[in-house]
Amino acid sequence: MEEQRLIVTASPHIRDNSTTRGLMGNVIIALVPSIVAAAFIFGMRSLLVVGVTVAACVGFEYLYTLLLKKPNPVGDLSAVVTGIILALNVPVNMPLWICVVGAFIAIVIVKQLFGGIGYNFANPALIGRIALFVGFATRMTDYVYPDMAVDALATATPLAVDAGGVSLLDMFLGLHGGMMGEVCALAILLGLAYLLATRTIGFAIPGSIVITMFVLTFAATRDLHATLVELMAGGLLFGAVFMATDYVTSPFTTGGKVIYGIFIGLMTFLIRNFGSMNEGMSFAILLGNLLTPWFNDWSHQIPLGRTKQKKAKKEKAAAASAGKGGAA
Amino acid sequence: MLKGLKRSAKGARVPHEKATAGMATVKMPVPQHVVIPMQMHIGAPAQPVVKKGDTVMVGTLIGQAGGFISADIHSSVSGTVLDVAPMRMVNGTVCKAVAIKADGHQTLDPACTPPVVTDKDSLLVAIRACGLVGLGGAGFPTAVKLAANTIDTLVINAAECEPYLTTDTREMLECSDTILSGIDAVMKYCDIPNCIIGIERNKPECIDLMFSLTRDMPGVSVKPLPMRYPQGAEKTLIETCTGREVPQTAPNGKGGIPADCGCVVMNVTSVSTLGKYLKTGIPLVTKRITVDGDAIAKPGNLEAPIGALYRDVIEACGGIKPDVELGKIIFGGPMMGGAAPSADFPVLKQNNGLLLLSRKAAALPEAEPCIRCGRCIQACPMGLEPVVIAENFKNRDFDALQARCIDLCVACGSCTYVCPAKRPVSQTMALAKAWYLKEKNGKAGK
Ligand code: SF4
Ligand code: SF4
Repeated sequence: MEEQRLIVTASPHIRDNSTTRGLMGNVIIALVPSIVAAAFIFGMRSLLVVGVTVAACVGFEYLYTLLLKKPNPVGDLSAVVTGIILALNVPVNMPLWICVVGAFIAIVIVKQLFGGIGYNFANPALIGRIALFVGFATRMTDYVYPDMAVDALATATPLAVDAGGVSLLDMFLGLHGGMMGEVCALAILLGLAYLLATRTIGFAIPGSIVITMFVLTFAATRDLHATLVELMAGGLLFGAVFMATDYVTSPFTTGGKVIYGIFIGLMTFLIRNFGSMNEGMSFAILLGNLLTPWFNDWSHQIPLGRTKQKKAKKEKAAAASAGKGGAA
Repeated sequence: MLKGLKRSAKGARVPHEKATAGMATVKMPVPQHVVIPMQMHIGAPAQPVVKKGDTVMVGTLIGQAGGFISADIHSSVSGTVLDVAPMRMVNGTVCKAVAIKADGHQTLDPACTPPVVTDKDSLLVAIRACGLVGLGGAGFPTAVKLAANTIDTLVINAAECEPYLTTDTREMLECSDTILSGIDAVMKYCDIPNCIIGIERNKPECIDLMFSLTRDMPGVSVKPLPMRYPQGAEKTLIETCTGREVPQTAPNGKGGIPADCGCVVMNVTSVSTLGKYLKTGIPLVTKRITVDGDAIAKPGNLEAPIGALYRDVIEACGGIKPDVELGKIIFGGPMMGGAAPSADFPVLKQNNGLLLLSRKAAALPEAEPCIRCGRCIQACPMGLEPVVIAENFKNRDFDALQARCIDLCVACGSCTYVCPAKRPVSQTMALAKAWYLKEKNGKAGK
């Protein structure tokens, strides 16, 4: 026995086999159905857009860390995920150089300038999408419509037409206009099933967003058909499954996740119905991202056996009432 | 679902690795000498009552309890005292230890006779004379725990949630009679009406056995527990078995203990040791330990004299596999046990495992940046928020740490185990807790 060389570390001495890279890999696998669906619905150019965006994201991350002599994080695959999600958030005929601009904004400005993975205040792909939406509005709404769709959908995104005339099956399969990744509900649900099965994400965020939207829309329209169309249209499902669930920018606890989801559902509903934009989802998620620190503060868990600190509470209450008294 | 909103407390899904569960306990050959430290329990160290050159027998008192919270210590071999001197323990602290050269005869001290127990006081005296401490790992003197008189439920901890370890499993399969007599004595003399035996579901044969044996014992029930680490952590166990929560702060302002919610937890091997002592009068001088890991030639369950060196234990199990490079020696389980810097440390009362890992199995992945996934929060059995606490600790924010109840951390390691970024989260928690307690004491002193 060569005891001089024994390893001494603090417990625990074993770890589970999850890794950042593995989790990101799961997200990539979950995105594959959406990529395939985009290729089917919009043609092979979708693959080109995805490829270029991913390459740009990874390239920017690599260059940035190389220039600043930081450890190279490309191995954790998070830039690949950002790239795919960003690509699936643009229409298929998006000029490639604009995709590269989006990648630059997402990776360099939103992610790396704030300190890399774990420090970004909002989902990089989401900000990329919003920046492109603001900067290149006409391009971003220049939807291409699948040849196969023959009904009312052929002319507009379903959020802009009378919902009554829309086939639910077409909506479900993705035969309508929109961003590449968000049209095919079937592919997104497959991805969700994979993410849930591998415990990459929990049901709390996507569930609470969709249920909130469902309840609100149904209450407003009292029409099941229109409600379902509303749920499958626009970026709602894709955002709820792949963008709102970004670890860094969503709350920690289950309670926080539910509040966050309800908030996003509510904001989407409000923007879609009372705002001027059909695409309320990305702004709703952005608001949710920005409020995440507060959601975290409001949703702390109750530790086992916690004894309430009465003194501290009383002091606080006293301070509060004193403040009030002073104001009055 | 609603409970999940309060706190997720899912624990960690650790592997079981209970390969030694089916291996009957083997008595370890008497080693040439043993080293018995005077501190094998929480509380004051025992005072040595023998000196160099004394002759001792198995069961001879060699260390007298050094206070109320302390425990007697007995010789585990017959032979001659080599030395009484300070030694550095495996955890880095220093305490006195008695080294004894064994004569190999294992003569029993004639003073070891079954105690006469008629009421609670005489039971507590007997428990003290047995030198019994919590054998699950904590080593808290049993007599102190049972002295409380607010207890209505005795919880027997047979969860054995640590991977690899199977000593409690073997205890149940091999010594069920003394387990039951021990439970019976505690319930009868301490006037405790209920007893719940908690056993993790990965030990169906133990659950069946205990069910059938306790069927006719009034007040005793068996509770199969979910297979989640750390199911055997005292507070988690009490919550699962009784639904009660051990309060964070006791009415007297100190940290809460199980007695504050009417419970007392005894490890199944502890209660069985009590049963044995009441029957034979032989105090706690041997301990069953699971010897396992990918580097040991013959894994198994070994009954070792307390004070036997790891070196001799390894020898008794066929030594290290010849083609394997030993990387790590862990005393205890892989989740909460410590790593030993060498094989020259003795087996203690509260040790229940010795794991020999190869260099490959001992290698740990490197830490990466936190991705704020919240998995540590979901896992924490106490409902703490390690990632938030780590941030508060970085800012040395006393009030935030207080609000997040860092003092409740039980150092179970679940948060580190599940972290996908492979961060040593529980280590940070331990530092944060130590800092918090120091600050708190400083404030109280002012
Ligand atoms: S589990 Fe690890 S990566 Fe996830 S939030 Fe906790 S410390 Fe960060
Ligand atoms: S070590 Fe502490 S913080 Fe980490 S899971 Fe265990 S109790 Fe929770």
